[in-house]
Amino acid sequence: MKEIRIHARAGQGAITTAALLGFGYFNEGKYPYAFPNFGAARMGAPMNAFVRVDKNPVRLRSQIYEPDYVIIADPTLLRGYNCFSGLKEDGVAIINGKDDLELPKLKAKQRVFVVPANEIAMKNIGRPLGNTALIGAFAAATGELKLDNLIEVVKKRFAGKAQTGNIQAVKEGFEFVKAKLKG
Amino acid sequence: MKEFLEGSHAIAEVIRSCKPGVISAYPITPQTHIVEDLAQMVSDGSLKSQFVNVESEHSAASVVLGGSATGVRVYTATSSQGLFYMQEVIFNIAGMRLPVVMTCANRAISAPINIWNDQQDSISLRDAGWFQIYAENNQEAVDFHLIGYRLAEDKRVMLPVMVCMDGFILTHGMEAVDMPEQEKVNKFLPDYDPLYKLDPVKPISMGLLADPDYYMETRFAIQETMKESIGYLADISQEFNSAFGRDYKDLLVEEYQLKDAEKVIVAMGSVCGTIKEAVDELRSKGKKVGLLRIITYRPFPYARVCEALKNVTKVAVLDKAVSLGAYAPIAVEVKAAFYGKKKGPKMVSSFVAGLGGRDITLETIHEIFRRLSTKEVNSDFVDLKPELLKEEYGE
Repeated sequence: MKEIRIHARAGQGAITTAALLGFGYFNEGKYPYAFPNFGAARMGAPMNAFVRVDKNPVRLRSQIYEPDYVIIADPTLLRGYNCFSGLKEDGVAIINGKDDLELPKLKAKQRVFVVPANEIAMKNIGRPLGNTALIGAFAAATGELKLDNLIEVVKKRFAGKAQTGNIQAVKEGFEFVKAKLKG
Repeated sequence: MKEFLEGSHAIAEVIRSCKPGVISAYPITPQTHIVEDLAQMVSDGSLKSQFVNVESEHSAASVVLGGSATGVRVYTATSSQGLFYMQEVIFNIAGMRLPVVMTCANRAISAPINIWNDQQDSISLRDAGWFQIYAENNQEAVDFHLIGYRLAEDKRVMLPVMVCMDGFILTHGMEAVDMPEQEKVNKFLPDYDPLYKLDPVKPISMGLLADPDYYMETRFAIQETMKESIGYLADISQEFNSAFGRDYKDLLVEEYQLKDAEKVIVAMGSVCGTIKEAVDELRSKGKKVGLLRIITYRPFPYARVCEALKNVTKVAVLDKAVSLGAYAPIAVEVKAAFYGKKKGPKMVSSFVAGLGGRDITLETIHEIFRRLSTKEVNSDFVDLKPELLKEEYGE
């Protein structure tokens, strides 16, 4: 079983991110359970979305406290929230942000990738919605999902100009992390 | 075919396949996505139905009452305060023996206002004369609507059905669901053929005044039907299994790891998935634990509960609702089931958890099993925050 926790603000598309990852796993024959947890019911309020995935149907319905992976869609959440809370010893974090982002001290085997997802989104979609760049980055950083699969997922989810832009964003997020890994 | 769907969307899809002639609902979180999707289907022509927009849940329930009385299949959905606003009409629908099917997306009750999940809303309407069937996952939520219509419209039954699914956890949760094929649905659920209907050609009156000479027999009739329906539920679910390839035993209870179990939790709804995980964990350590899941809460399956738990030593009933000032709702039934019986558990403890969306984790379940070791407790709240319980007055 793998568990992903997404940190975002309401309106930033965390549910879409969880859904896209869920579709990706589903296409690869796994059983994902993607679900949100809302805070205050208003735009901008911090919220979480989760993906729990297994080779059998997921029965566990609680939120995720010890994730294998965290995706942080808004770096301002790092102030005041411990987005890394419970992250596994060898966990991976994908953060939408810029290089100069201040990060807390992490454990030896934990890995963090800071991805300029908003810039990638602005360039390709014209709006600062970094979700698709982040799932591309997630695929590259974790090896959990294949890029081609995610592109298919995005194709199904979006149409027209949004589709082309988001496909490009997935690719660029993926390539950004691949380049980092090559060092 | 298996699809990866949001619970609400899956419900809208299965309702479309049931072809209700009238749909009326008023949006309320976390039910909203279901009726939004249905409104879209009606608007784009993929569902031929009359979608009646109303100004309140009271009107939504009244519209489906009227629609059903004219002899067509109807559908509505609501949650929490919306269900309470419907209450007067809810009792009328059952009293008039109308086969309305409703989804209750379970949510806590105000005050304080809370949009998150527990089961206080539907449980508070347990005495209305509606069937209440609780889903553990989205597959069941989908299937129970099909079974619900068959049951409600069965001429031996003619009573409304409330399919309860935990708000957010299921309604907003996406998972794989094997969606029933339209052809199979058509076969399993033929067009509604009413016994009586409002028809200007052959006028009748429904829901009349019943004075003391007549009223009591109407309640007796519903009570008798409810009792008989325990058997019909088993028959219909068997038929459903062979049509759709599922494995529902009788839709009354599910026994999980009960053979040789010494400690058992009784619960209802999606939390049972979490309990199954905890049971498996404890079983792997040699602990003899199990789960009895209540699927149908009304009518309450007393005989099945007794049979399932008769050899168990300690029972913990987990309620996601309270009856303030009394024993918790499911616990009352389980205790009553054993009263006067020779064989039964030595201890039936009652726990309240998960109110207003307080997350029920594996640790919550382990804590309940631990507390079951000591003396019997009633309405023992789990996962309370002691720091919030300090007395503070004024400044």
